[in-house]
Amino acid sequence: MTATELTLVQAVNAALARAMTEDPAVIVLGEDVGADGGVFRATEGLLARFGDRRVLDTPLAEAGLAGLAIGLAAQGLRPVLEIQFSGFLYATLDQVLNHAARLRNRTRGRLSCPLVIRTPSGGGIRAIEHHSESPEAIFAHVPGLRVVAPSSPSQAYGLLLAAIRDPDPVIFLEPTRLYRATREAVTDDGTALPLDRCRRLREGADVTLVAWGGLVPEALAAAETLAAEGIGCEVLDLATLKPLDEAAILASVGRTGRLVIAQEAPLTCGVAAEVAARVAERGLTALRAPVQRVSGWDTVMPLPRLEQAYLPGAARIAAAARRAMAWT
Amino acid sequence: MVTTTAAQFSVALRRHLDRDGGALGPLPDWAAPAALVPLYRAMARTRAFDQKAVALQRTGRLGTYASSLGQEAVGVGLAAAMREEDVLVPSFREHGAQLWRGVTMHELFLYWGGDERGSDFAGPRQDFPVNVPVGSQAPHAAGVALAFRLRDEPRCAVCVLGDGATSKGDLAEALVFAGVWRLPLVVVVSNNQWAISVPRARQTAAATLAQKAIAAGIEGEQVDGNDVIAVRTAVAEALESARAGHGPRMIEAVTYRLCDHTTADDASRYRDDAEVSAHWPEEPLLRLRTHLHAAGAWSKEAEEALLDACREEVEREAAAWLATPPQPESAIFAHTYAAMPEELRRQASEAAAP
Repeated sequence: MTATELTLVQAVNAALARAMTEDPAVIVLGEDVGADGGVFRATEGLLARFGDRRVLDTPLAEAGLAGLAIGLAAQGLRPVLEIQFSGFLYATLDQVLNHAARLRNRTRGRLSCPLVIRTPSGGGIRAIEHHSESPEAIFAHVPGLRVVAPSSPSQAYGLLLAAIRDPDPVIFLEPTRLYRATREAVTDDGTALPLDRCRRLREGADVTLVAWGGLVPEALAAAETLAAEGIGCEVLDLATLKPLDEAAILASVGRTGRLVIAQEAPLTCGVAAEVAARVAERGLTALRAPVQRVSGWDTVMPLPRLEQAYLPGAARIAAAARRAMAWT
Repeated sequence: MVTTTAAQFSVALRRHLDRDGGALGPLPDWAAPAALVPLYRAMARTRAFDQKAVALQRTGRLGTYASSLGQEAVGVGLAAAMREEDVLVPSFREHGAQLWRGVTMHELFLYWGGDERGSDFAGPRQDFPVNVPVGSQAPHAAGVALAFRLRDEPRCAVCVLGDGATSKGDLAEALVFAGVWRLPLVVVVSNNQWAISVPRARQTAAATLAQKAIAAGIEGEQVDGNDVIAVRTAVAEALESARAGHGPRMIEAVTYRLCDHTTADDASRYRDDAEVSAHWPEEPLLRLRTHLHAAGAWSKEAEEALLDACREEVEREAAAWLATPPQPESAIFAHTYAAMPEELRRQASEAAAP
């Protein structure tokens, strides 16, 4: 099978089509996912190809949709629910936390919830209010959920297939600003990626840079800048935020002795804090400098005119790496 | 200016037995005395279970418990109308429905005694467990019904919730889905007049709760919720219609909570005893018993034998439950995921060997 150059959003589309072809239990539902093909076109063509019993345009009711999908999943279907924009994901919290995440546990496995909720995540596209949230830590805190954040077309393809095939609920956060940023060769052969492994994108001896989603290209750019200064960076794309690939993080820090974690979400109680805590608990002796966190500020996500003042980028990541280097 | 009528609606109230058990006109064909006896037995069984559960809570052996005293006709009536392959999506006061559908008293004691295994009941395997966050189960029921529709299965979902739950967006959204897609869903609102301390009149300004369905394009009706004939007939008709593809229906069963909200509640803080006393003559068991007596289908001896049988079952099941050891502590880690992630495995080891 030959590879095709796809954008990230096209890779999402290809994964959905592949999953629907493989398994008649997979259905796609959400606001405007049918005739319109989704506001970002992630579901384009699926209605025509799979029909209105597999692709459901729904009424506008995010909380109810999450609950509806739980009922579908408990019946053995594999719903993939699109929440149109990240800020609207918050409406699903009651259903996701109280029900999707714990249906298996509270029935001792009698009922389960093989549900995927996909949503565009993060800022950087000058979107209006409530469209640029980074909600990963809220969901990563919840037992029973998996949280996934791809950063490339091939990864989006493989991780989404894995999320759909997984027997438990998965929050799948697609970096909005990377939807069409690059193309990558994707082989649409149904190969899934593991839901508990991060990806090493670059090797280097001095600093480990950990990022996910929309900040992965920023971490790579920072590594490029730092390389010119003689600082070698290992770049890890976390990809699965829950569960974390702790072993790979510890192994990398063991090689470099320095750790910079970059997240777009606000600082306090974020996923970066969990990564830092794991390293402090289980990899402290490898550290030659304090862990550096680079993040959004503990503020409301600003409107587009000030968006760039909020978003952490390559410059701040590189500066953090230099701080770590200066320590020893 | 010209105004015309854009829409009109009305809500019917269905009742077959008056408060003294007398038939109001001809009864439905199914409601011959011999067919009503099993319903009466099931209501008595439910009441016996409730009494035992409250007693076990009062003596510190069961956790907080929500009795269904006075509402037995709702649970039993709706469950008796369902088919085995239908799916019940209950609230937390539908012991009568769960018992009718094959959940055992032992399992109910397990659940209310704080043991997850009580929701892993052996009987109706696809029924949802008790739902505590009020009203949040309504969209699950719509999802179950949508699954039936998508698979062309002649099955229905039955969602039960209370008067307070009708104020939640969950129900409104579930009704929106059910209406648009004509889902095989029957929603039963067990309107017991009190949401803990808030009376029905302060829950909503709407004249009926049933009319909330009409706003979503769904038929809504009221039934006398203490008349098991009315409940069973209304739910059976709704299920038949839904099964035939004619879409959902919502039934408001008007009943009364003769007990505290739960064993943790003291209703005397907000509700007059006189109001409660006034509702006792309308309670569902008395009404059906009077009807069956008048029809010559029930006797003092039959009543005593039934109460003995109920007591015997309740005591036996309670004893079996009390003799059931708790799950091992490691069970808290089980079923969090289908396959335990590494970090959870580590925590389970830590918990096992601190």
